[in-house]
Amino acid sequence: MSEQNQQAVARYHNNFLKEVEERVEDGNWVKMCMQCGVCAGSCPLGNAWAHPPQEIFMMIRAGKREEVLTSDSMWMCTSCYNCIVRCPRKLPITHIMHGLAHYAHRLGMAPKGQPTRVVAKLFWDNLVKTGRVNELKFSLAMYFKDGFVQGIKNSLAMQGVGLGLMKAKRLSPMEMLGGHKCKGSADIRKMVAKAREIEDRKKGFAS
Amino acid sequence: MAKKNYAFYPGCSSQKGASASNFVTSIGVVCDKLDIQLNEIPDWNCCGASIGYGEGGELPRLAINARNLALAEQHLPGQDMVSGCPACWLASRETAERLHEFGNLMTETNQALKEVGLNFKGTVKARHMVEVLIEDVGFAGMKAPVVKTLQGLKIAGYVGCQTNRPFGIAGESFENPQYLDRMIETVGAEAVSSFDQKVTCCGGALAFSEPEKAQKQIRDIVESAYDHGAEMIVTPCQLCQANVEIYQSEINKKQGTKFAMPVVYYSQLMTVAYGGSLKQAGLDGHVIQPKKLQDIAKG
Repeated sequence: MSEQNQQAVARYHNNFLKEVEERVEDGNWVKMCMQCGVCAGSCPLGNAWAHPPQEIFMMIRAGKREEVLTSDSMWMCTSCYNCIVRCPRKLPITHIMHGLAHYAHRLGMAPKGQPTRVVAKLFWDNLVKTGRVNELKFSLAMYFKDGFVQGIKNSLAMQGVGLGLMKAKRLSPMEMLGGHKCKGSADIRKMVAKAREIEDRKKGFAS
Repeated sequence: MAKKNYAFYPGCSSQKGASASNFVTSIGVVCDKLDIQLNEIPDWNCCGASIGYGEGGELPRLAINARNLALAEQHLPGQDMVSGCPACWLASRETAERLHEFGNLMTETNQALKEVGLNFKGTVKARHMVEVLIEDVGFAGMKAPVVKTLQGLKIAGYVGCQTNRPFGIAGESFENPQYLDRMIETVGAEAVSSFDQKVTCCGGALAFSEPEKAQKQIRDIVESAYDHGAEMIVTPCQLCQANVEIYQSEINKKQGTKFAMPVVYYSQLMTVAYGGSLKQAGLDGHVIQPKKLQDIAKG
């Protein structure tokens, strides 16, 4: 168990709802859910969720901390915002799912190797490095996330897509050599580090 | 007529040689014709997209977006920020609204910005290019420069998610927005009104991490366009355009379909209707060739 996780357990004991309200983005909305299930029925990937949002909300209230934070359900969110606009109680469901996924990730409880979790980290690291996303390096990092051999296999399987985009001049091999970036890329790293430090202090992460 | 000025936030995919470079090429032509001046925000950075939540958390995401807003406020005072990419727009607008609503987040975000010598006062409004076209130019204004009507082209207007939700275009419904169909009709083409996947999700960033699930979404979208007699799909979204166009070959390979449905931006249609060349419309930048539109552009 990570140090942050131990601290969270010690602090909140069995009050998982309180933990979510205090530490998860928009978590204070959770208790507003009235269990209608419109979110579940509105989700494009609805059937891929072991626990649809309204179930996650009830599990939080029931104190099912381990089950919620280790679930891969929240990682099925495509950020389509359909649940947000349809929720009769106006819960910002998309944000809560993002917040829960991020919290589970920071505690080290999110499922290891969960593909969207891996991609999300690669994407963020890619953009923080130069201030802008390098689409070529991001794609390659993704193909090679499961090791070199699998990376070659993935790259070969997707070479049609890549070559098609290069031919259409929408993917430049030159991006490998630096590519687009912000002049203030060092500034961006500094600013992100500061923002993270403030957030960690506020949310009680030791780090 | 005096030019309308905007602080332009192109976003990563709209850079030279990036996946939506044909959008930025064509929107430049459209803006020229409509007396819109786009002033690029100096040294803008990535918005974090939707997938940034996983590692980014809340305050780092607000900070990177506030940097763009602060740069616009400082260098292009009094101008609305406009983005062509719905993810950029969503992240910027959400940031501006959250900072406006929650004083503590504004204070904390400005602490982070202070590290790099910036400050955001909160005076910038973040808008989508489509909002600017509809609200500041209007449909009659968009029609005025048309020299080549796209009569006979049957087009499925695919709005997708983030142009439409959670903010959307004022006065439009989330379930069946009409503005894209109206824009298609404004340039003389026929909007396929029975296309029933208008606001379906293409899978977004999960096209990378959950390809099978996303490709099911894409298949539904393309299939509906075929079923309702569309010859091409038009969209305002960079990720929708890329996902729906480039993964058709993967679906064909795995599922034995024979999809070859072109997917273009509204700005490409408008450029052709305004008399722009194939190149000006970015129509040389497709994986699936929009032949009919290319022929009109050449003719």
